[in-house]
Amino acid sequence: MVQVTIWGSLAAATGDQTEVEIDATTLRELLDGLAARYPALKPQLDRGVSVAIDGRIYNDSWFTPIQEDSEVVLLARLKGG
Amino acid sequence: MALDSKTGTAPRDFKIIGTRPARPDGIDKVTGRARFGADMSAPGMLVGRVLRSPHAHARIKSIDSSAAEALSGVHAVVTRADFPTPEADVADILDNCMAGEKALYDGHAVAAVAAASAAVARQALKLIKVEYEPLPHVIDVDAAMASGAPALHEGRANETVPKGHSPNVMARHAFGHGDIDAGLAQADRVLERSYRTEATHQGYIEPHACLASMGADGQADLWCCTQGHYMVRNTCAAILGITQGQLRVTASEIGGGFGGKTTVFLEPVALMLAKKTGRPVKMVMSRAEVLRATGPTASSSVDIRLGMTSEGRITAGFAELRYQGGAYPGAPVDMGAMSAFAPYDLENVRTIGWDVVTNRPKAAAYRAPGAPMAAFAVESAIDELARDLGLDPLEVRLKNAAREGTRASYGPTYPAIGLEATLRTARDHPHWSAPLGPNQGRGVACGFWFNFGGDTCVSLNITPDGTVNLSEGNPDIGGSRASMSMMAAEELGIPYDKVRTVIADTGSLGQNEVTDGSRVTFAVGLATIEAARAAKREMCKRAAQVWGIDEEAVIWEDGAARPSGPNAGEHPPMTLAEIAAIASNTGGPIAGHHEVNAEGAGVSFATHMVDTEVDPDTGAVTILRYTVFQDAGKAVHPSYVEGQFQGGSVQGIGWALNEEYIYDDDGILQNAGFLDYRIPVASDLPMIDTVILEIPNPGHPYGVRGVGETSIVPPLAAIANAVSASIGTRMNDLPMSPPKVLAAIQAR
Repeated sequence: MVQVTIWGSLAAATGDQTEVEIDATTLRELLDGLAARYPALKPQLDRGVSVAIDGRIYNDSWFTPIQEDSEVVLLARLKGG
Repeated sequence: MALDSKTGTAPRDFKIIGTRPARPDGIDKVTGRARFGADMSAPGMLVGRVLRSPHAHARIKSIDSSAAEALSGVHAVVTRADFPTPEADVADILDNCMAGEKALYDGHAVAAVAAASAAVARQALKLIKVEYEPLPHVIDVDAAMASGAPALHEGRANETVPKGHSPNVMARHAFGHGDIDAGLAQADRVLERSYRTEATHQGYIEPHACLASMGADGQADLWCCTQGHYMVRNTCAAILGITQGQLRVTASEIGGGFGGKTTVFLEPVALMLAKKTGRPVKMVMSRAEVLRATGPTASSSVDIRLGMTSEGRITAGFAELRYQGGAYPGAPVDMGAMSAFAPYDLENVRTIGWDVVTNRPKAAAYRAPGAPMAAFAVESAIDELARDLGLDPLEVRLKNAAREGTRASYGPTYPAIGLEATLRTARDHPHWSAPLGPNQGRGVACGFWFNFGGDTCVSLNITPDGTVNLSEGNPDIGGSRASMSMMAAEELGIPYDKVRTVIADTGSLGQNEVTDGSRVTFAVGLATIEAARAAKREMCKRAAQVWGIDEEAVIWEDGAARPSGPNAGEHPPMTLAEIAAIASNTGGPIAGHHEVNAEGAGVSFATHMVDTEVDPDTGAVTILRYTVFQDAGKAVHPSYVEGQFQGGSVQGIGWALNEEYIYDDDGILQNAGFLDYRIPVASDLPMIDTVILEIPNPGHPYGVRGVGETSIVPPLAAIANAVSASIGTRMNDLPMSPPKVLAAIQAR
């Protein structure tokens, strides 16, 4: 199980939990697991998120491995100029 | 010395990285040979022009183009009715390029014409009859959020917006951790302030321009000035209902973008005119069109609460940020809310961001989108509180600085970062202790930006004479052709001038993300290094074949294949040129390529220091001295890195002192030209001094971090802190134009 930190305004979709546990070993499993367990997160997941894994930020690489003790933080989808 | 592996374990000395060779595009640009967006022509080409709304907000009741179409020399008129119904992901983009039911801002496109000449096109625009029903409008972000404000859209708010808000509120974002009230209770002093910034334009010198053609078979070509021709291809294909493979887009040279050319404006319209006429159509915006109808940044209204102990430790930080991003959802307030307190190690931090629409042009990205306004508020508040407590504002920042292991205000724990190094270097720099005269003040501020990577594809080809052609898919805005040539040359062990880098069209390489997010030197550089390594492996294989030994017994060193190991035997090295010359005899052309979604871009921090002098009689501000301290990871071409630091600072100076969109009571933009919308020019500025720090990014083979955006984050606050020190009263509203500064002086 991986512990995932959810940002504040998404907590309404997770029953006010800002830390949730998901059974995942990759980024894809993490995002699929979040959508399955918390359907209310789906609109934001569809709009796009970035994910920080142990301090490094990932966007779309589905098969990025996640360790059980990794720090995983959901972020608003990063945009640049 | 820097890193030569993704894991950061193998230090090496560089031969080319870190030097300052001449830029490969320099001669073309100073002689006029370089071709920008408006420089391409085609046989039988028509001229396209856009009819724009004179109203800030109006229902379009009807459009009659019959008289225009009857005019001699007019080949076609297009309106929204000519476009297919768009998918949701491009619906707003199309509506911004060509209005549907409503015109949502002054300058919104409502029709376009293709004609034999510019004169005929202008005449035709006058003959298009648009029946408008003017509607109430709203320009200001706080007014747009108020109950009863004129609504641009109904039912567009997403699920994050609590019920009861104005329909102009599109989204709410909240970040942070800890307990703000408990943190404020621990403070010796609490500051509550409100701050405002105005919308500013990216101010690129080259207006938008494109040339489109489409054959009867649906095959289309587009030449345009953009930060991302793959984005243009994908977006235009979706809007026109054609496949991406049918549309080939070639990026011209680009006269600045800064985020403003990360979307489309003219391109789908030009393609639709080309489709309708069967002729090539060229469209070029005027400066007034650029200012009225392309993306400025968001304007902002921000409230801050900040608690600090008498020793300077921040006990709690709270920010509520309201950004208007023009007529469609997507103001970068989420980025502002995530980055506002990112430089600091805080136990109690919370930010709330509101994305609001108004009757203004849709905001586009602008260098670190959303971060400068947030930093202006937070860094101003820290400065005021530090000075009120009699503390050194730079030491206060050092005392609270985020470092490796700090939990960032937006969630993750930082790896090795460079903020503390920039602050210590700034404190020890002669600028910090230099004496100041009357009416002069010094300000300091920090800034942060995320940086990212994304889809990247490069191809490196060895020519028969031993020179190298590198193809990349990102328009060169900040010197990427030089940087890529340097990284390829470094890796191959050949001189810099043996590599020529070109920007390939969308038909020649796979998908490439836009030139944004400070990604190109990081991501394209990473792909270039890997492509060069692939070519080296192939050249070692060819040499092994010639020598009759195993390819594992051949290494690449100093630009040549060399036998290595106990069983390799004695063979003279084979240079790249020697291997290239016999490529046909050893298996055919030699190339390397690499395709990657580059993740692992390292975050970036900067500290800026500025001295200002204020004329007490006029309120005019002079920038006396300016120094940038920023972490570049590894500076590939230091002159370009310095240029990014300087450019961001100068744009920040304009944002802080002069630039703003001025609307009249009818919501009509009053300063749509560079005479009245005043960006800084060389005579306004001192030399911007730069100090490059290098804390390697372990996510890049050479340790590179993006540097293009962070430099615009600190200037707004650094200059406000300096001006406030100069006049002895705080300046919390930007721009600090002379009338505003004079009023503050007189109100002291």
